[in-house]
Amino acid sequence: MTHLLSVDDLGGASGIEEVLRLTDSFVEVSARSIPKVPALRGKTIAWLFYEDSTRTRLSFETAAKRLSADTMNFSVGSSSVNKGESLRDTARTIEAMGVDAIVVRHGSAGAPHRVASWVDASVINAGDGWHEHPTQALLDCYTIRQQLGSLEGRHIAIVGDIKHSRVARSNVLAFSALGAEVTLVAPPTLLPPSVDTWPVKISNDLDAVLPTVDVVYLLRMQRERMTESLLPTLREYTAFWGLTVARAALLRPDALVMHPGPMNRGVEIAAEVADLPQSLIIDQVRNGVAVRMAVLYLLLGSGAELGTTAEERVRA
Amino acid sequence: MAERERRITPPYGGVFVARTRVMSHDDLNRAVWRMAHEIIEHNHGLERVVLVGLQTGGVPLAHRLGAALEQIEGESPPVGSLDVAFYRDDIGLRPVLPEAVTDLPADLDGATIVLVDDVLFTGRTIRAALDALTAYGRPRSVQLAVMVDRGHRELPIRPDYVGKNLPTRRDEVVDVTDDGVDLGEMVK
Repeated sequence: MTHLLSVDDLGGASGIEEVLRLTDSFVEVSARSIPKVPALRGKTIAWLFYEDSTRTRLSFETAAKRLSADTMNFSVGSSSVNKGESLRDTARTIEAMGVDAIVVRHGSAGAPHRVASWVDASVINAGDGWHEHPTQALLDCYTIRQQLGSLEGRHIAIVGDIKHSRVARSNVLAFSALGAEVTLVAPPTLLPPSVDTWPVKISNDLDAVLPTVDVVYLLRMQRERMTESLLPTLREYTAFWGLTVARAALLRPDALVMHPGPMNRGVEIAAEVADLPQSLIIDQVRNGVAVRMAVLYLLLGSGAELGTTAEERVRA
Repeated sequence: MAERERRITPPYGGVFVARTRVMSHDDLNRAVWRMAHEIIEHNHGLERVVLVGLQTGGVPLAHRLGAALEQIEGESPPVGSLDVAFYRDDIGLRPVLPEAVTDLPADLDGATIVLVDDVLFTGRTIRAALDALTAYGRPRSVQLAVMVDRGHRELPIRPDYVGKNLPTRRDEVVDVTDDGVDLGEMVK
């Protein structure tokens, strides 16, 4: 694996499991009094973020530093992009300075794929438009596995703005690859047109779904992408699709609550619900660092092909 | 490095074929028993001693040493395991993935650490292990126990407790199991 552009690049369940296994080792590294290993000494990683981000960027930055890699920061607001430099020229300029990996976030689906075709460095998709966000899916899988042991046979509801959500797309791929049953719950206007082809069930009735789930995964109402008047008001959204305190009471006591952040407290999730003990939102952030260490190490250090056993690696 | 790991790594890949039995099951037990006594003698007891087995081959040996120490002294020192993959100097030269999650039970500041591995060869695994230990604290001293010292050191590292000194050729492979120790080759 040279790039991580989509969950599909991981080669199904075996590849995802391998990342999660490696993440176990990096969780242990992160718990040490000196949480740093020299594994990627001499490697340089550049961030190419065309969209705002707090946790993904800080998480990747922390992951790279804990692996002893050097990082190159690039923020669109203060760069030559403002002078009209194209994505291609920007990517090739960064590569010419000698980077081993470029982590790309872009508002357009497919931008990381294009970057990957222009440069020799490894490209990691940190979110492209409505398309995919593979490292988020990996950290969500890891967080669920940490709590439940496995995703096999578990019922996971993803609730909210599926249409504009790259997190939903990557998570549907990863959850179903690992054997979970996924139900999407959303108003019809916030479902993507292609949803019939996804390996999921669809429901419009959150109250009916909640008592049956092991995990309820809430998506952020992406106000910045809501230019098409798909909803009358946010209050109506909260009334029908928000995880309010009253709705959270319908959940089984052991059901888990997840959210990729940043949360709109009081919109898709009530403030009290976000702080419940079964809410894993902080665990997701914590695990994000270890998962991204695993991804960076697999791409830049391990020399291992995903989805192959050690014995197979020898024969290759 | 555990010989097991080397076996699945190019250019050493293939199937291990034993040629000579070097230590029997009983020989192995006697060596463990003697090394346990040496550890106690050298440290005047087991005060703050921690056994750390190196993944993968050193871990079962560390537990055997721990059991022997318990029989002799009435208490087993803490036994941990350490995977040195992220500290290796050959990352990028061959596939390097950890075999298991490191599990070190005790606070290592001021401890006397006995690193345990099955086979001592180039010394590079031990170099990586010494580096890794610094992430957990500052031990008072670090000692090294190995079942087989097969020579061919590439770094200035020597063991404190040795089960058996075994002269080998570089291309030979030493296989340490619970049953005993075999010398042989990898056959493609």
